[in-house]
Amino acid sequence: MQIKSSREPLFHLVKRDKIPWWKAWLIRIGAILLALVACAVISELITGVKPKDLFTTILHSWFGDADYREKFSIVQNRKFWILLQETAILLCVALAVTPAFKMRFWNIGAEGQVLMGCLASAGCMLLIGDSVSPSMLLVIMFIAAVVAGAIWAIIPAIFKAQWNTNETLFTLMLNYVAMQIVAYFCIEWAPSNGSNVVGVINRDLETADGGNYGWLPNIFEGFVKDVERPRMPEYAHIILIVLVLTALMFIYLRYSKQGYEISVVGESENTARYIGINVKKVILRTMLISGAICGIAGFLLVSGIEHTIAMDTVGGRGFTAIMVSWLAKFNPFVMIVTSFLFVIMDSGASKVATDLRVNESFSEVLTALIIFFIIGCEFFINYKIVFSRRNGKKLVSASNAVTSSDNDNSK
Amino acid sequence: MSDNIAIELKGITKTFGSIVANDNVDLKVYKGEILSVLGENGCGKTTLMNMISGIYFPDKGNIYINGEEAHIASPKDALNYKIGMIHQHFKLVDVFTAAENIVLGLKKDYKSANGNSRFKTMFKTGADLAKESIVSLSNKYGFDIDPEKKIYQMSVSEKQTVEIIKVLYRGADILILDEPTAVLTPQETEKLFEILKKMRDSGKSIIIITHKLHEVMAISDRVTVLCKGKHVDTVKTSETTPNALAEMMVGQKLSLNIYRGDPVNPEERLVVKNLNCVSREGVKILDDVSFTAYSGEILGIAGIAGSGQRELLESIAGLQKVHSGEITYNDPTTGKVENLRDKTPMQIRNLGVRLSFVPEDRLGMGLVGNMDIVDNMMLRTYGKGGPFFLHRKNPKKLAEDIVERLSVSTPGISTPVRRLSGGNVQKVLVGREIAASPTVLMAAYPVRGLDINSSYMIYNLLNEQKEKGVAVIFVGEDLDVLIELCDRIMVIGSGHITGIVDGRRAEKNELGILMTSSKKYDENLTDEEGTTDAN
Amino acid sequence: MVSIASVIQRALVQSAPLLFGSTGEILTEKSGHLNLGTAGTMYVGGICGVIGAFFYERSIPDGGTLNPFLAIIIPLICSIIGSLIMGLIYCFLTVTLRANQNVTGLALTTFGTGIGNFFGGSLVKLVDSDVASVNFSRTSELYRAYLPFADNLGWFGQIFLSHGFLFYLGIVLAIISTFVLNKTAKGLNLRAVGENPATADAAGIRVNLYKYVATCVGSIISGLGGLYYVMEIGNWSNDGFGDRGWLAIALVIFAVWKPNFAILGSILFGGLYIAHIFIPNISASVSELIKMLPYAVTIIVLIVTSLRRKRENQPPAHLGLSYFREER
Repeated sequence: MQIKSSREPLFHLVKRDKIPWWKAWLIRIGAILLALVACAVISELITGVKPKDLFTTILHSWFGDADYREKFSIVQNRKFWILLQETAILLCVALAVTPAFKMRFWNIGAEGQVLMGCLASAGCMLLIGDSVSPSMLLVIMFIAAVVAGAIWAIIPAIFKAQWNTNETLFTLMLNYVAMQIVAYFCIEWAPSNGSNVVGVINRDLETADGGNYGWLPNIFEGFVKDVERPRMPEYAHIILIVLVLTALMFIYLRYSKQGYEISVVGESENTARYIGINVKKVILRTMLISGAICGIAGFLLVSGIEHTIAMDTVGGRGFTAIMVSWLAKFNPFVMIVTSFLFVIMDSGASKVATDLRVNESFSEVLTALIIFFIIGCEFFINYKIVFSRRNGKKLVSASNAVTSSDNDNSK
Repeated sequence: MSDNIAIELKGITKTFGSIVANDNVDLKVYKGEILSVLGENGCGKTTLMNMISGIYFPDKGNIYINGEEAHIASPKDALNYKIGMIHQHFKLVDVFTAAENIVLGLKKDYKSANGNSRFKTMFKTGADLAKESIVSLSNKYGFDIDPEKKIYQMSVSEKQTVEIIKVLYRGADILILDEPTAVLTPQETEKLFEILKKMRDSGKSIIIITHKLHEVMAISDRVTVLCKGKHVDTVKTSETTPNALAEMMVGQKLSLNIYRGDPVNPEERLVVKNLNCVSREGVKILDDVSFTAYSGEILGIAGIAGSGQRELLESIAGLQKVHSGEITYNDPTTGKVENLRDKTPMQIRNLGVRLSFVPEDRLGMGLVGNMDIVDNMMLRTYGKGGPFFLHRKNPKKLAEDIVERLSVSTPGISTPVRRLSGGNVQKVLVGREIAASPTVLMAAYPVRGLDINSSYMIYNLLNEQKEKGVAVIFVGEDLDVLIELCDRIMVIGSGHITGIVDGRRAEKNELGILMTSSKKYDENLTDEEGTTDAN
Repeated sequence: MVSIASVIQRALVQSAPLLFGSTGEILTEKSGHLNLGTAGTMYVGGICGVIGAFFYERSIPDGGTLNPFLAIIIPLICSIIGSLIMGLIYCFLTVTLRANQNVTGLALTTFGTGIGNFFGGSLVKLVDSDVASVNFSRTSELYRAYLPFADNLGWFGQIFLSHGFLFYLGIVLAIISTFVLNKTAKGLNLRAVGENPATADAAGIRVNLYKYVATCVGSIISGLGGLYYVMEIGNWSNDGFGDRGWLAIALVIFAVWKPNFAILGSILFGGLYIAHIFIPNISASVSELIKMLPYAVTIIVLIVTSLRRKRENQPPAHLGLSYFREER
């Protein structure tokens, strides 16, 4: 329904019905290119960095510079594998928030949920450390992390389902409650040297096969032969775990009954009622899953990468993951691309900051700038600008003329 | 006489795509009179009024206000011409008070501050300042309103009062009310009419859109009847009768040549007894409804939109809370009698009751717009089979089958249904509901917005089901269709049944009178006749 | 032993940035927009003030005196321009381009903290200055100047009169916002936009204009909170602003979307924020738990308001949703 005003506006907006996928991606890629141009211009203006330097530095941040690349093959290229591992962790958190978002439940509390998972894992490492077998410890850590993440997610879900409490604000607040709880334990657990930093946990507590208690073992150790100092095995297991998780999430959302229910509830609660889906049950179950995967991410972070806990262990990934998931339109496989995009943007920008001797926070500015462009371009995918009637008619007739003449030519 | 005309429409035509909503309509409203605009659903009443109130702009024709040509391009323009419309769906902010809603969008009225200095009035809200004029306005016409009351605490009739005062406060001389009594109790309606008469006597022009004949007779000075977008006639109320109006409203009988077989071996399938439902606002929406649906027949339900048809179907389907009464189902395979009242759709299905329901809101309720045809096929059946995985094989087959058999025009079965045209959406929905091989099939307005071919396809599908021994309940709005398709036609008016007639013998104007009558149908007198006819 | 007066005084100092932040955010949310970028906007408001002060002080030769008027007005204008730009970015994306508000807000926070820390960390380097750190102590002194006789009035002076002008501006802005929202026609229109944009539209209110103005004015007020903070501290340290931006958003809920409630709420939050300093015999770890209190209290308020279902205390009905007239 269109309400016409007496001063006819120059154009009005129409929601697009459909757009071919390639066109949508063309718009997105265009937006990223524009964003890069904007980044280059702003960098040059503020810091005097030349665009060419900017982009080569970004490239170097991914694979190392020419010397480095010559020296190390892809299996040995540590920078590259760290990049992939970083992607995997971000992807894992993004996977966690996706089912909730698909249900239109705005869970922006992934940061806190992951952090609680981290806390539970670290706590197990410290408290029961060597009193159980190494493999048993890993299992306990995993379960503890999953439960902690799930509890942190189910609290707002209960209130949402029962009393319709605003979940965006609730989950946001829980993030900071979680951070302070972690801060409390960090000090409690810190070695009594006054530093208030937990430090690497179980560094000296080695298991029989050379690993550390509660550290995720490198199952790919010795997998790559014939290469000197291969780096790949150090990172591959986490990447593999998350890839499996991605596939599982895709299957869950696309091929399972529960995933189907999530989509129906998200699309239309009225339809859910019509076919007899228990909406409250779906909300609770979905948030349990969401929180549990956040817990897994926390477990991977502590057991597989950091081996310690601090307030900033999650480092804003919970928030970035929201953008990753949203930009991928909640498709787990597309999320591989978007999370990789975020990680390479971030690493590129940090490298620019250090190499070109500007403050490291410049990376955040560049990253945010690119995000703005990507967010903004969605508009041109969802809406169409229609120019006012008179002009529009002219346009239509003009394009008709073109098509008809085209047809004539083809004949 | 001519300078007594408040507003005049000449040759108004409005089309939406290929549908002509108004075709060369003329209309005159005098100062100080109440004019009823009467017509069936979809006859173009609301569209016509929307052009006066600035929501649509006519394709052809002119509007004259006080004898001068007027261009009304927006609701604001309409207000400048002192025209105000009270829509069926109120536009009010729930958490605001009545007074706040009334002054919304206006500047503070310092004049009403009674000579207080501007500084003093600065600390008063616009609503406070307007309170006095609101109260005097409501006293003038006999409204009963508390300007401080919040909208969310109000009954529907109070909300309507706020809307009317809002329009009056903005200085409207021509008021248009779109089905104002649809949501009111009889007492409230009476009160509204008293007020409208007072407004008329003070020189305002009032246009009421309605399809309740007795109300037309009770309140209006003149009646304009529209039928299928065309102006039929304008008559003085004192010189006409309800029967004459009903005849004008329904128009000439059309022959549609819809096939109708005889019911075979009818059995009682669904029995509804003394069903009562109350809306959230406390208004009775279903009033003591009793009827029986037989297997192998099509039971039509006729009535003005919003008379309780939706609530009736939804309470059978387990979507509407029932206040009192019984809904029972006779299972043809087991012979058991199941009680359906207060059961959720899932529980009904688990009882083995094969109840299919084509709701009025196709994309908002019956289907999920953003899902493809295959996924929409699964909506009712996805729970079957193993505990975890969806099985898309059967739904896919079903989707292919429906697309082919009902010739749904779609790029493929993995196209989101939102992208299909209205007729194709309906084919997908009806196809799915029929595929469940139901024993009861309820369809609400299944041909609304469909072209002729698609409509006939739906009729054929319903007939097919009837032949299979399904009890079909068909809620329709086109009386011609109901008369040619249905074995029995039940007429519902303001929540109660006003009559059940044999489809083969029904007359159009008879139905029209039943639709607009307020008398309750006496079951004992005619029920027997209905059953024997069905046999 | 610390006196009660000095505890209250320090709580008040902590409260001011939160009050600015939440007043701004309330105005924004009343238009139906949940701006999670407030944290970033406050950073930008702070750093822009710092930049203004830094360059003005540098332009004065050593030993010269600052013109008090310019020293105050330049950082103020810089801060306002900075946060206005943040508000415009948010509006353009969420109002004009109808982007998801949560995603945009989070990105804006990344952007804002990035800008703050970047300029805060490299301002000195960028201008090849020989000073070691970003120094604007003279400006900061002007901002903190208070009435000379306040010191003579004992505890009363310490609590109520020992603050710079921005402190009082914060309270005045909160009161003005309350007045505008509740008493003026424009305020009524703004609330209608946040509650039911379609109704507001039908009543002839220019919905998008209101959204833009409310969000931009809100951003400017939030940004002043950042300015107050840096001027109170007198130097810039990266991430020194901490989580005050999020605390301001929590305060909005705590104050149930009423700026006058936010005045009292901010004092309570300010007190809780530094409570751990004043509680005797407390371990460092427990003090971290005490820092959690403002958030925990906010959650309780959120739960209680949703349990009571009092319509006046709910978030604006259209909060977080974008409005498109032709969509039904």
